[in-house]
Amino acid sequence: MYAFDWSSIPASLPFLWQGMLVTLQITLVAIVVGILLGTIIAVVRLSKNPILSALAAAYVTLFRSIPLVMVLLWFQLALVPPVVRWLFPKSNLDLNLLIAFTAFAFFEASYYAEIIRAGIQSISKGQVMAAQALGMTDGAVMRLVILPQAFRRMTPLLLTQAIILFQDSSLVYVIGLADFFGVAKNRADSTGSQVEFILFAGAVYLILCLTLSTIVRQLQKRIVI
Amino acid sequence: MTFVVAVLDFSVFLSPSPESGANYLTYLLGGALWTVILSVLSWVIAFIIGSMVGVLRTLPSSILSKVGACYVEIFRNIPLLVQLFVWFNVVPDLVPGFGPWFKHLPSFWQQFTSATLCLGLFTAARIAEQVRSGLRSLGKGQFSAGLALGLNIKQVYGLVLLPVAYRIIIPTLTSEFLNLIKNSAVASTIGFVELARRSDSMAELKSTVFEALLAGTLLYGAINLVVLFLSRALEHSTKLPGLVGAKK
Repeated sequence: MYAFDWSSIPASLPFLWQGMLVTLQITLVAIVVGILLGTIIAVVRLSKNPILSALAAAYVTLFRSIPLVMVLLWFQLALVPPVVRWLFPKSNLDLNLLIAFTAFAFFEASYYAEIIRAGIQSISKGQVMAAQALGMTDGAVMRLVILPQAFRRMTPLLLTQAIILFQDSSLVYVIGLADFFGVAKNRADSTGSQVEFILFAGAVYLILCLTLSTIVRQLQKRIVI
Repeated sequence: MTFVVAVLDFSVFLSPSPESGANYLTYLLGGALWTVILSVLSWVIAFIIGSMVGVLRTLPSSILSKVGACYVEIFRNIPLLVQLFVWFNVVPDLVPGFGPWFKHLPSFWQQFTSATLCLGLFTAARIAEQVRSGLRSLGKGQFSAGLALGLNIKQVYGLVLLPVAYRIIIPTLTSEFLNLIKNSAVASTIGFVELARRSDSMAELKSTVFEALLAGTLLYGAINLVVLFLSRALEHSTKLPGLVGAKK
């Protein structure tokens, strides 16, 4: 029988908390930028201009058909370092954190774009016609009539995607960034308590995600239109 | 476009790779092959366990359906990466019979075993949800009709409900298989030399970042296309008569 030894965990809690802050930062940046960019992509995709619409569709298809690990490698090895060197030649930014922010924001935008597109399409045509009959421009119809209702309808889906994103952010392990799991794995390797640290990290994720998804389910019942 | 093609150096794919007697093209193709093998084998596990858990969740017994629900919640609420390290670093230490056998394997097969089990059981939770919703969509009538004909519960599921439910959920199962292929890239984190890992090491060994990542990305795209093509054919040949999508 395996003899558990949890003694290294209490001393590591401050480091794990630092890691959790990194995880939360990545999640938050990806949610905010992802939803903004995703809304633009969704609106462009539904626009009447066939070229713009095809470009938006290509963006979504491209990001949704390659693994997140590959996306992270692209941003780490090929895309972010040259741009940063060109824009800020002298500064010493935290390159890994920047890679994580941009990779997750652009990747999640493609998933959010699909959710938002479905949300926009779920609003009935009659509303658009009524707004146009009132003399609203296309932009005003989108901003004042369609998007507010669409966002209310898709809030549960957007939040569920946020929970998935919170879990996926652990993949920054690939680019060597010390997020919550990265710190746990580092401590596991340096203290030799692999089993305890990995189980602890898993339990923390499980409790957080279960709590969040229960909240989302309650919310879903309340905001049905 | 011509500019990009001019800058890329495709001759690098013909230079010798770390594998003896091979070049980087076959090196990446070999990675793609391991991605496919890993995905297909995990799919078999996921399909069997996922079907069982999905059926459990629709059974009248509330205890069994709770067991199914627990399985789904646990596997869906822990990041895949963490689950992979649980299979790779934790399970061999904790499970008495498995540990000694696992530790005698060469490291390649240790990585392969962990990744297959991890991806299989992770995907099973997602398949279980789809099997459940497929079974739900059939309504109570078919279940009761089966029982009224004198079939036992096992026969009702095996002969009546599941054959129809599977055919209804083929499109969502397809996208789940595509997810599985993408998720299999996580195996690179424990050192398994599948496609993502090999394009990464080619990028570093040959300092040909664009060529290596582009080739890896295109290969993932190609695998996706093949799967989509096969699933369209499967969907076409198993269409249910009497539904909107059916042949006339």
